Amino acid sequence: MASEREIRRRIRAVTSMAKTTNAMQLVAASKMRRAQGRALAARPYAGQLRALLADVAAVVAGATDEGVDERALHPLLERRTGPRTLILHITPDRGLCGALHANLNRRTGQLALEHRGNVGIVAVGRKGRDFFVRLGHPLIAEFTKLGDYPEMADVLPITRLLMDEFTGGRFDRVVLVFARFVSTVTQRPEVLHLLPIEPPAGVTGGHLDFIWEPSAEAVLSELLPRYVEMQVYEAVLENAASEQSARMVAMKNATDAAKDMVDALTLEYNKARQDSITRQLLDIVGGVAGVGQG
Amino acid sequence: MPLQLRVITAERVVLEETGVDEVLAPGMLGELGILPMHAALVTTLAPGELRVSRAGQEMSLSVAGGFLEVKDDRVTVLADAAERAEEIDVARAAAARRRAEAALASRRGEVDLAATEAALRRAVLRLRVAERVRRRRGGGLPPTTGTD
Repeated sequence: MASEREIRRRIRAVTSMAKTTNAMQLVAASKMRRAQGRALAARPYAGQLRALLADVAAVVAGATDEGVDERALHPLLERRTGPRTLILHITPDRGLCGALHANLNRRTGQLALEHRGNVGIVAVGRKGRDFFVRLGHPLIAEFTKLGDYPEMADVLPITRLLMDEFTGGRFDRVVLVFARFVSTVTQRPEVLHLLPIEPPAGVTGGHLDFIWEPSAEAVLSELLPRYVEMQVYEAVLENAASEQSARMVAMKNATDAAKDMVDALTLEYNKARQDSITRQLLDIVGGVAGVGQG
Repeated sequence: MPLQLRVITAERVVLEETGVDEVLAPGMLGELGILPMHAALVTTLAPGELRVSRAGQEMSLSVAGGFLEVKDDRVTVLADAAERAEEIDVARAAAARRRAEAALASRRGEVDLAATEAALRRAVLRLRVAERVRRRRGGGLPPTTGTD
């Protein structure tokens, strides 16, 4: 059995670790609330943009029925059959958030295998970048330090690159992998199809007699890049919220485990103390008995 | 029936109003006024001032481009960025303007010309919207002065 002093030292060490993880848990909880709020605040815009795109898509569909091909309408709509897939791999910058990035890395790795390695990877976040660097898989680009609360402006260089790679013909489709925030305890790696854009199905009841200014095509070519930006922005926000909640849960588990450990060590310490008292008593009793006999 | 207006950016809902009488928006093809019973319309927006009249009162916002949709007396503005006039930080906008002008004047190699010009336009626009509203109110509290 370890000595009293050694156990005392371990108790102290574990207690101070628990203090750190507990503080991290509290920080993550407050950041999570803000990140969730931001993800929520982006929904009205996303919803309206989707609705608008659905309206425009109905017009586009009408045009394609008349034999206009998608590419002529807009390059971001062009469907190609080639095998090259670009994956936007979104991960947190920092660790200590449980299995979150392991799950994300596994999902993207799986996807790369499904495409038999015919993929390019753009990494957002340090954890995903490090993973592919370690694997020796070349990255097309990396974006790190988006911070805990990414803004639309942070996303624009990413979407610019994705759209250029796609329209330049270097890739035939673009997908993104990110952690969908389901609840505080559940974050799911999700694969989202980004390019070519498949406009959402319209829910407008034949309300197609819009006036278009300057023209339906002009609106479309403004709208499509915005749609791509918004989808990446949404994914980045979801990912940020996921990161904070995963960290909060991981740190809570760590704190709880540390407390359990302190309890176990305290028990051991008390036993050791009891032992040494008993031993000392025996010594004294033995000594007294020896004196009495002598 | 009066109009219902929503101004939304990717970051937040900037304005949500019902009972609006008229909306004046900076359309790509020039300013357009929207009154109740307007035909369904979708337009792209130029950076500019969005004016809203409601019960005899006028309200101003600066918008930096985006889309405007009118459908069944519901006006939705999806702006790239939007601020209400009273939210505009005049001192900050002025500082941004000076920064952009200095960058344009020096034209050091690395400066992204288009981006800087866009920044300058945004700053000037913000200042104009804030200035107009201040003048309309006529001698209200001057915003943070002395900095420009």
